[in-house]
Amino acid sequence: MQAFTSHHGLVVPLDRANVDTDAIIPKQFLKSIKRAGFGPNLFDEWRYLDHGEPGMDPASRQPNPEFVLNFPRYQGASILLARDNFGCGSSREHAPWALEDYGIRAIIAPSFADIFYNNCFKNGILPIVLDAGVVDRLFRECEAAEGYRLAIDLAAQTVTTPAGEVLAFEVDAGRKHRLINGLDDIGLTLLQSDKIKAYEERRKIEAPWLFV
Amino acid sequence: MPGQTLFQKLWDAHVVHVEPDGTSLLYIDRHLVHEVTSPQAFEGLKLAHRTPRRVDAAVAVPDHNVPTTDRSQGIADPVSRLQVETLDANCAEFGIREFKMNDVRQGIVHVIGPEEGLTLPGMTVVCGDSHTSTHGAFGALAFGIGTSEVEHVLATQCLWQKPSKTMLVKVEGQLGRGVTAKDVALAVIGRIGTAGGTGYALEFGGSAIRGLSMEGRMTLCNMAIEAGARAGMVAVDETTIEYVRGRPFSPVGEAWDKAVAWWKTLHSDADAVFDQVVELDAAAIEPQVTWGTSPEMVTTVHGRVPDPAAAPSEVKRHDWTRALDYMGLAAGTPIERIAIDKVFIGSCTNSRIEDLREAAAVVRGRKKSASVKLAMVVPGSGLVKQQAEAEGLDKVFLEAGFEWREPGCSMCLAMNADRLEPGERCASTSNRNFEGRQGQGGRTHLVSPAMAAAAGIAGHFVDVRHF
Ligand code: SF4
Repeated sequence: MQAFTSHHGLVVPLDRANVDTDAIIPKQFLKSIKRAGFGPNLFDEWRYLDHGEPGMDPASRQPNPEFVLNFPRYQGASILLARDNFGCGSSREHAPWALEDYGIRAIIAPSFADIFYNNCFKNGILPIVLDAGVVDRLFRECEAAEGYRLAIDLAAQTVTTPAGEVLAFEVDAGRKHRLINGLDDIGLTLLQSDKIKAYEERRKIEAPWLFV
Repeated sequence: MPGQTLFQKLWDAHVVHVEPDGTSLLYIDRHLVHEVTSPQAFEGLKLAHRTPRRVDAAVAVPDHNVPTTDRSQGIADPVSRLQVETLDANCAEFGIREFKMNDVRQGIVHVIGPEEGLTLPGMTVVCGDSHTSTHGAFGALAFGIGTSEVEHVLATQCLWQKPSKTMLVKVEGQLGRGVTAKDVALAVIGRIGTAGGTGYALEFGGSAIRGLSMEGRMTLCNMAIEAGARAGMVAVDETTIEYVRGRPFSPVGEAWDKAVAWWKTLHSDADAVFDQVVELDAAAIEPQVTWGTSPEMVTTVHGRVPDPAAAPSEVKRHDWTRALDYMGLAAGTPIERIAIDKVFIGSCTNSRIEDLREAAAVVRGRKKSASVKLAMVVPGSGLVKQQAEAEGLDKVFLEAGFEWREPGCSMCLAMNADRLEPGERCASTSNRNFEGRQGQGGRTHLVSPAMAAAAGIAGHFVDVRHF
């Protein structure tokens, strides 16, 4: 996994609440058995005027000029500014894969759906929760100023605006540690193998029907 | 000290190790696997030269990509086919039990788990699918996970979790005739919103919930995720135990007695304290119909499409305007005046035998409206299909002009060939009315099976209670 320490990047504002994982990556792309290559189909139904199917050449597609990701001023954006309940819906990890493949490193929103939030950390994307009023202000600042960039420092847990305002955010200590170091969860868990084994031995006696 | 909630009891029984910050390593008893969210997990396992820790705890089934029409020729779409074949190959390689496409036990993962007795009270159940919350109906702790966690569970049989907050959704009283668990689920979401349960494990309680069958409880817990909660649950009672008894993978003999003794403790203590309590009056719940592109955009069958000008906030006004535009609806339109093009009865929310019985009771002796292009009934599993056919329900549907299909996810998310065309409007018993969910440009209205069936007969939404 890609580690995340700090990041300074262009911000793209997606002004909609309850953006669901079907919108982030439509289901026809979930048929892939690969982990990579979902970026061109991020927000496919909003981003293109024609209907997308797996295997299409993105260059042959018709971009929707009214969708924010297609605005020239937001090309190369790596921070997504979003509204409440971002990532609701399915557990598909294809959603963070698509965001990551597109180049998004961090998402700022007033709230996230649980499973999506969790999936982001497994893929080197930092989801940041800020107060709804603050997010609202960032939307206005971002829309007002072309080339609006934010600086994110995970160790310090801060987001810094172009005006130098420093916004603090919360993040779970364990997740932060793993993200900063790009650590593999499975490797860490296997360090607890003895405890897992002991638990299993105990449960085999307490609840033998769970082991058949 | 106050008593414990059901959630706490289930949690405590599965903690393997606790980190200083409270993050816990939780043991997973049952891992359900399907073709869409597992290929990359198996690939990761292989790349790291790891093997599954306990193949007996995993069960796999293809459901999202399978055709619901004749299967003798296999799957026509090569991309769908490859995904199903990849699941078959991975299960064969690692020795994981799989109910393959042509096995009569095949079906939607959340239907077959309980049906086979693979989902049992007191278990931790996970699946790379958000509707895993369904299994909480058994007094189990069940939640959806992403593909990285699928790989993690395969390799370690554990997951890192932090305890959720707890919310009791208490529904007291008696549901009216024609009002179902689906209506309760939608009414709850309408009340707390699609993010209302975020960070919580929901427990559904109260006399109306105790009065529900296991099918009804599964419908309700299934939609906990639509309220933002990863897990929904219902306490174990006699209804639970009777459902589980005699299932193929249920314990027997001494193990059964031992299990039942434990299961009977799986309820929140009378003095347990929840972080939040929401109360609903069962008698006041009416048949529900969604009008927008999020399950919280819901009203009763006698309601009207709301006016965005009356939205409670600027963000909501924006969302409602957009939803009405997508749905092709004008503010103020009575729900009963909305005409539909298609009917979909199925999905892990409403494809069990009881759902099919409710729908069949409505269509019996009637005919599908000529204005409805397609009304399809997709049983949740091969065994549900068999049972329905034994009861003659297939005939009831076919005589009414409804189609009777093979089991799978089907038009719930349209990964197979079943989908809405742009602009088509559907009365659907599934769980998500998101833009494009049932096909690009398709318009979904979520309803109960009886309401969907009635809409198929009338050609528009009608109150099934006066139908
Ligand atoms: S029926 Fe629908 S919601 Fe349920 S598992 Fe299948 S696709 Fe997901």
